[in-house]
Amino acid sequence: MKEFGYTVHKERLIDYDRNDKRVLNHLKKHEPSVLTCIACGSCTATCSAGQLVDFNIRLVQTLLRRGEIEPLKKEVRKCMLCGKCILICPRGVNMRNLILAIQTAIDKLQ
Amino acid sequence: MTRTTVIIGGGVAGMTAASRLADLGEQVILLEREEQVGGHLRNWDRLFPNRRPGYEVLNYLTEELGSKVDIRCLQTVTTIFSGERDFQLQLASGKSLRCDALLLATGFDLFDARRKEEYGYAIYDNVITSAELEELFRSGAPITTRQGKVPKRVGFVHCVGSRDEKAGNLYCSKVCCVTGVKQAIEIKELFPEAEVFGFYMDLRMFDRHFEEMYYEAQQKWDINFLRGRVSECAENQDQSIVLKIEDTLTSRPLKMTVDLLVLLVGFVPSPETLRLAAMLDLPVGEDRFLEPADEHTKSTLTVKPGVFLAGAVKGPFSISNAIADAGTAALQIHAYLKTL
Amino acid sequence: MIIEGKKRLWQEYQKEIADDRYFYVRSCVRQNFFPASEKVFLRILKEELGKDVYENAAHTTCSGIGYHSDVVPFETAMTVIARQFSLMTESGYEHFVTSCITSFGLYSEVLETWKHFPDVLQKVRGYLKEATGRTFELPKNVAHASDVIFRFRNEIASRGTHRLVNHLTGKPLRVVEHIGCHYSKMFPSKGVGGAEYPYVLVGMIEDWGGEVIDYPERRHCCGFGFRQYIVRANRGYSIANSKKKFESMKPYQPDFILTNCPGCPMFFDRWQYALSEMEGVTYGQNGEGIPVLTYEELSGLILGYDPWDLGLQVHQVPVEPLLDKLGIPYDPETKFAGKDGQDLGRPDAPTHMKFF
Ligand code: SF4
Ligand code: SF4
Ligand code: SF4
Repeated sequence: MKEFGYTVHKERLIDYDRNDKRVLNHLKKHEPSVLTCIACGSCTATCSAGQLVDFNIRLVQTLLRRGEIEPLKKEVRKCMLCGKCILICPRGVNMRNLILAIQTAIDKLQ
Repeated sequence: MTRTTVIIGGGVAGMTAASRLADLGEQVILLEREEQVGGHLRNWDRLFPNRRPGYEVLNYLTEELGSKVDIRCLQTVTTIFSGERDFQLQLASGKSLRCDALLLATGFDLFDARRKEEYGYAIYDNVITSAELEELFRSGAPITTRQGKVPKRVGFVHCVGSRDEKAGNLYCSKVCCVTGVKQAIEIKELFPEAEVFGFYMDLRMFDRHFEEMYYEAQQKWDINFLRGRVSECAENQDQSIVLKIEDTLTSRPLKMTVDLLVLLVGFVPSPETLRLAAMLDLPVGEDRFLEPADEHTKSTLTVKPGVFLAGAVKGPFSISNAIADAGTAALQIHAYLKTL
Repeated sequence: MIIEGKKRLWQEYQKEIADDRYFYVRSCVRQNFFPASEKVFLRILKEELGKDVYENAAHTTCSGIGYHSDVVPFETAMTVIARQFSLMTESGYEHFVTSCITSFGLYSEVLETWKHFPDVLQKVRGYLKEATGRTFELPKNVAHASDVIFRFRNEIASRGTHRLVNHLTGKPLRVVEHIGCHYSKMFPSKGVGGAEYPYVLVGMIEDWGGEVIDYPERRHCCGFGFRQYIVRANRGYSIANSKKKFESMKPYQPDFILTNCPGCPMFFDRWQYALSEMEGVTYGQNGEGIPVLTYEELSGLILGYDPWDLGLQVHQVPVEPLLDKLGIPYDPETKFAGKDGQDLGRPDAPTHMKFF
C-alpha cells in the first residue's frame, strides 16, 4: 500500500441500514417505555452525572434508536442510577432500567 | 323581497354554511365546480384523530343539506359585478344570478409535490403523496411498492411545500403533522412488521386528542419520529428510496433506505379563490390566502360589505375547524342580511 | 424511474445558448489535467461546425480558485472579471463561453450580483477604469462550453463515426454523468436541465446512443472542493467524497464517467488510482478502473479523432477497455509518443489497477 501523506476519511454519517438494531430490539421487549421519548431533554438537564461529566442520557436513547451501539458501551457506565431523570420525565421513560437493559443487551452481544 | 345568499364552493365549509343559513330561514344557492359537493373530503378515507371514515362526515353534511338548499353543480363563476347593495354573478353556463350576500368557500389546493425536485416525486417510482396514500386506503387496493412488494420500511416526510421559502410558502399547513401520524398508524395496522418513520421539524399536534394520538403512535405502534428535514432522495437499483437527512438530535447526517416514501403535502391557495378575490378587490395576504376584515373579531367578514369568507380560503383548516368557521360565517351573513 | 417526470423538468430548465461568434476563455488548470480538451473544443467548433470562436491572449485567470479558497476577495474577483469582459468588448464579441465550470459559476454569480445591485456594478466599473483605464459591456449570452457542445450534439452525431454502443454486443454503453457543482447548484436556471436532474450531459449521452445511469450519489460533489484538495493534509476529505460516489455507482457497472468540469474528471481519474494504491480497490470490471472522459474528449471520440491526439494517454485510469468497446482503433506503440514522434517515457504501472 502506498503512502500519499493523507488517508481516506471515514464517513461520519449514520448509515441506518447498516446499523445494529439488536440492542434496540432487546430494549423494546424489556423496557418499552423507551419508545415514547420525545427528546425534550429534561432528563439531561437534571442528570446527576451529566452535571460533571460528558454524559447525555437523552442522547443515549437517541443513539440507541439509531442503532449506534458503539458509543453506548461507554456511555451506560457513566450513569449513577440515582433516578432523578425518571422523576422528571414527561413520558414516563424508566431510565434506570433502560441503562441496565442496555448493559444486559451489550453483555449478551459479547 | 327575498334575500339571497350565494355560496361559491361546495366543500365542507360551503355545505355547512349553506345548511346553517337555510336553518336561519335564508334562501341559499350553493355553487359547486365539480359534479358533486364534498370537496377534498370526498377523497379522504379516514379522518384524524379518531380514524372514523370520512364518508360519515360527508353523509352527515349531505343529509343536513337535504332539499333545503338549491345546489347547482358543475358551475363556474366567470364574472362578478358588485352593485350598490347586491351582486350579479355571470356563470360559465351562460346563466346569471343576483344575490345580496356572497360567501367564498372555494377552499384550497394541495401543494404540487413535483416542485420539490429533490424528493423526486413523479420521477422515482416509490415516492407518493399523502393524498395518493389516502386514495389507496379508500380504494382498499393492496398497498405495495410500484414493483408489487410489501413495504418493509415506510417514511413520511413532513412539511412538503410548507414552511419553506424555496416553495414560496412560509406558513405551516397545520394538519399535515396529524395526518402523517394518522397515516403512519394506518400503515402499521396493515403491516405490523414494517418499520415506519416520520421525518419532522416540529410536530404540531395542535388540537384535542392529537398529542395522545402521537403518544399512541410511539407507544403502541413503535413509530419512529426522527427530527430533521429530508434534504434529498435518490433511487436505488431496486427502486427503493435512499434519503438523506440530518438527525438533528445527534447532530449527524443520516442516510436510510425506505421502500415507500410518503410526502405530506400542504395547503396552497386555489387559483380559483385568487381569481374571485381579484374580481372582488379583496385583500390577499403575503401567504396568498384571503384576509378577513379582522383576524380575531371579524374572521368571516371581509372589508367589502356583503362578501364573507369561510374555511380554507383563509389558510390551512382542519375539517372540524372549517365546520365551526362556516357556522360563524352563516351567523354573520344572517346578521348582515337583516340590516338590508 | 419515471422518465416522463425528468423530461417535464428538463422542459422547465431550457436556457439560451448563442449559436455563433463566441469569445472563448480557457481554464487555468485544464490544459495540465486534460491537455487536448480545449484544443478539441476549438477544432470541433471551427473545423467541424464552421463557427467563429475567438480567444484573446490577454485573458487571465478569473480568480475563481483563489476566490473559492478564500484568498481572493469578491471585489477583486469582480474586477478581474470586468477586465475579461472589456477584452470581449474590445474584440467585438458578445457571447461569452467559459471552459471552466467554476469560472462559469463565478461569472454567473458576478452578473447576478450586478443585476440585483447596480451600484456594485458602478463601483466595479470605477475600479477597472482606475486600475487599467478600461471599460466594458455586459455579455449578451454566457454559456459554458458544455452548453455549446450540447447545443450542437446532433450535428456532432451526424458527422460522427462512432456511437456510444458496444460494437461487439450492440448494446448501448452505460454512462455515469457528473456535473460540476458550480454549473447549476448556485443558479439552477442557468444550467441546461436545472440542478437536481441536469440534462446537459444526459442529452449528449442519449443522443449519441448511450444509456445514462442514475445512481444514489449522483448529485454528490466529486470531492475537489478547493480547500479540501489544495492543502495536502485535507486531501482525505476529497478522496472520501470520490470514494462515496465510486461505491455508489459501481453496482451499475458503468462503462465510463462523463464530466463537464475541470476538477471532476481530474479527481475521478486520479483518485481511482490513489484508492487502488491505498486500499487495493478498483471500481470497474476485472480489476480495471472506470474510464473518465471530458465532454470534449468524448466528442472527439464520436468524431473519430485519434485517441492519443485527444490526450487520453495521460489519464491515470486506462481508457483502452472503453476504446475496445467502442471499436475505436488505437496503436499501443504510439501511446506515449509525443506529437513530434519522440518517446515521452512510460509511467510506472499501478500495483492493482489493470494497466495497458
Ligand atoms: S439515573 Fe443516571 S441518567 Fe438518570 S439522573 Fe441519575 S445519573 Fe443521570
Ligand atoms: S425526560 Fe423523558 S421524554 Fe424527555 S428526553 Fe428524557 S427520556 Fe425523553
Ligand atoms: S402541520 Fe406539521 S407537517 Fe404540516 S406544515 Fe406544519 S409542521 Fe409541517
